[in-house]
Amino acid sequence: MLLLTCPCCGVTAEETEFAPGGEAHLKRSGPGSSDAEFDSYMFNRKNPRGVHFERWRHAYGCGKWFLAARCTMTLEVFGTYPAQTLEPPAEIVAAIKAKRPDWEGFA
Amino acid sequence: MSELAQSALPGAAYEGFVTVAEAGLRGMITVRGDLAGLAGAVKDATGCAIPAQRRVEQAGAKAVAWMSPDELLILCDYADAPALTASLATALSGQFATVANVSDARAVFTVTGAQAGDALAKLCPVDFGAMTTGDIRRTRAAQVAAAIWVSGEGEMTLVCFRSVAQYMFDLLSRAAQPGSEPKLYA
Ligand SMILES: [Zn+2]
Repeated sequence: MLLLTCPCCGVTAEETEFAPGGEAHLKRSGPGSSDAEFDSYMFNRKNPRGVHFERWRHAYGCGKWFLAARCTMTLEVFGTYPAQTLEPPAEIVAAIKAKRPDWEGFA
Repeated sequence: MSELAQSALPGAAYEGFVTVAEAGLRGMITVRGDLAGLAGAVKDATGCAIPAQRRVEQAGAKAVAWMSPDELLILCDYADAPALTASLATALSGQFATVANVSDARAVFTVTGAQAGDALAKLCPVDFGAMTTGDIRRTRAAQVAAAIWVSGEGEMTLVCFRSVAQYMFDLLSRAAQPGSEPKLYA
């Protein structure tokens, strides 16, 4: 079971109260980008086995979007943080490194 | 007009190991905006302060529930809702805020009895043992959204969309069947 803590309302609940929103921190390729760049933005996802960053929405709760760092293999959650964040914040990165010393970092 | 209004399931009730009852018409007003900026208008309209996260403030027949970081639900008498909505809208007219009378879009149920939490725990992914009087929790009950307010000792007030009122009543009644007590909390 995946347990997430919503940073917007403070509730810790299981997965069924949330709606998944796919990979976090995607950067849109804007006008002037090449077809290959836009194709990559549109379709290519990391889909890692291990540390991953995702968007989630507290669909049955406060209704807000937030981001989560978790391990796709063990379902361990390293932390959740506001949706208005462009890259994983330092404390989330530190929490991941403490538990996964071999993690290559966010790229 | 208001005397023509009917709640979703007038008089519906079920006696199980807890009592499930449709609560009749309730006034409900959704207010959205920056909560700190709403404080003055909400206080004037209801007598209540802005509730803390996931809490409900009460003053007489009115209550204000924390629904999200930018949303409150004001509970009042059904007949008072239109005038209260209008006065709030006037008070907040210069602000980035919305006020909507949602009374007719909702249904309200009460679940009463020492084992109210046990009945609801069958339907919701919530630890009701961690909730105390005055707490409110938005969650799901089986397949539909619900807000559950611990409105008193051994009393839960559940708000859902009116369109799923029959589904909710059937769910709650089924969960309250005598002999099916999970005995999680009481
Ligand atoms: Zn939330």
